Amino acid sequence: MSFRDGWIRPVAALVRKDLLTELRTREVVTAMLVFAVMTLVMFNFALRLRAENFRVLAPGILWVTLVFAGTLGLNRSMSSEQLNQCIDGLLLAPCDRAVIFLGKAITNAAFTLLVAVVVLPVMGILFDEAMVRPGVWLVTLLGVIGYSGAGTLIATMAASTRAREVFLPILLFPLALPLLTAAVIATSGYVDAAPFAEFGSWVGVIVAFIVMFWTAGTLLFEPLVEG
Amino acid sequence: MSSLLVVDRIAKLYGLRPILRGVSFTVERGEFVAVLGANGAGKTTLLRMLATLSRPAAGSIFVDGIDATKQPERARARIGVVSHHSLVYVDLTAYENLAFHAEMHGMKGDAAAKVIEELLRRVNLWARANDFARTFSRGMIQRLTIARALLHDPPLLLLDEPYTGLDQSSAGALSALLREAAGGGRGIVMTTHEFGRGLDGVTRALVIRGGRVGSEIAGGVTPEALAEAVA
Repeated sequence: MSFRDGWIRPVAALVRKDLLTELRTREVVTAMLVFAVMTLVMFNFALRLRAENFRVLAPGILWVTLVFAGTLGLNRSMSSEQLNQCIDGLLLAPCDRAVIFLGKAITNAAFTLLVAVVVLPVMGILFDEAMVRPGVWLVTLLGVIGYSGAGTLIATMAASTRAREVFLPILLFPLALPLLTAAVIATSGYVDAAPFAEFGSWVGVIVAFIVMFWTAGTLLFEPLVEG
Repeated sequence: MSSLLVVDRIAKLYGLRPILRGVSFTVERGEFVAVLGANGAGKTTLLRMLATLSRPAAGSIFVDGIDATKQPERARARIGVVSHHSLVYVDLTAYENLAFHAEMHGMKGDAAAKVIEELLRRVNLWARANDFARTFSRGMIQRLTIARALLHDPPLLLLDEPYTGLDQSSAGALSALLREAAGGGRGIVMTTHEFGRGLDGVTRALVIRGGRVGSEIAGGVTPEALAEAVA
C-alpha cells in the first residue's frame, strides 16, 4: 500500500469524519469557546481590581485559557469513540494504527486553534492590543500543535479508565508544563517586541515538544489501545 | 489450499489470571463455526484476538495464510467483524458510516460507492441511506453493522453475540443475511451463549471450557446437542 493510501487517506478520512460530526452536533467547539471566553472575562474582572499592567499578565492568561479549553476537547475526542465501541471499528481498519492518533491529534489541534482565533482578538480588546501581533499567532499555532499531540496521547491512555475526565488533566498538566512555560515566555517576547535572540530558544523548546510528543503518540498509540 | 483460519495454542492472561490456556482449532472456507461457553469462558476474548483487537500472550493465528500476530494490517483486510456493539456513528447517516469505513479500508471513488449501494440494498436500508443512524431501530443498526463488516468483502467473518438485543423478526432477518454471507466460500466464526437462536447454517460448534476447547460438535448442531455439550 502506498504512503498516500496507507497514511494520508485514512488520516484525512478520520479528520473529515470528526469535523463533519462536530459541524452537526457543535458539542465540542461550542463548549470550548464558551469556556474560553468566560475564562477571559473572569480574569478580566478578577485582575482589573489590582493589576496595572496587563501586558505582563496577558501571555499567561492566554495559555492557561487555551490549555483548559483544549482539555475539554481532548476529553471528548477519544470518549466519543467509546460510544457504541466505535474505536474498534477504527482499530479494525487495515492500516497502521498510528493513523488514528494522527487523525485525532490533527482534529484536536484544529478545534483548539479555532478557539484561539476567537480568543486572541478578544484578548486584544480586553487586555493588550499587542496580543494580536503576528509572532503571537505563530507561537499560538506551535503551542497548540504541541499541546494537542501530548493531549491526544494522554487522552488515549485516559479513555480506557472510568475517571477519564479527572485522569486526563492530572496526567497532562504536569507533562505540559515545559510547553506552557516556553509558550508563555515566547508569547511575552513577541508582545514586548523583544529581539528574537532573547526568547528564540523557547520557540525551539516548543518545536522540540511537538517532535517529541507527536513521535511518541505515533509509536505508542497501538500498544496503548491494544488489550 | 491451507485452512482459512488456523488458531494454534493461543493463550491470554488478564493480570495473572489465565482466561484462555491454549485454544486450537481451524476453520475452512465455507464453514460456519459457533463458539459456545458460559459467561466469562473467554469467548469474546478469543474473538477479539482473532480480530487482532487484542494480542495473545502465546500461540499463533493465521488468517488466509497470513500470520495475524506478525502482519496484523494484512490480516485485518481479510476480516469482517460484527459484535453486539454496533461500531456505528450515530451522528452520521447510514451511507456516511459505510463511506467512512470504506475509505479507512482503502476503497475509493465510484467503486466504493457502488459497493456501498449494493450492500445497503442487500440489508434493506437503501431507502434510509441518508438518514442518521441515531434514528434507526436496533435491528436496522445491526443490519448496517453487517453491511459495514462485508464492505471490503472479507473471506472471514467474526460475529460476537450478534443476536443480543434483537427481537424475533430482526433475528430472523439477521439469520437470513448471515446464511447469504456464508455462501461463496466465506468462513464464519460466531460466539454465542444462546442455543436457540442463530444456529441455522452452523456446521460445527466448539465449546470453550476451562480456557480450552472442551468439546466439539460436528454436524447436527441442534440446541439439544449444544445444551448437552455445555452441561
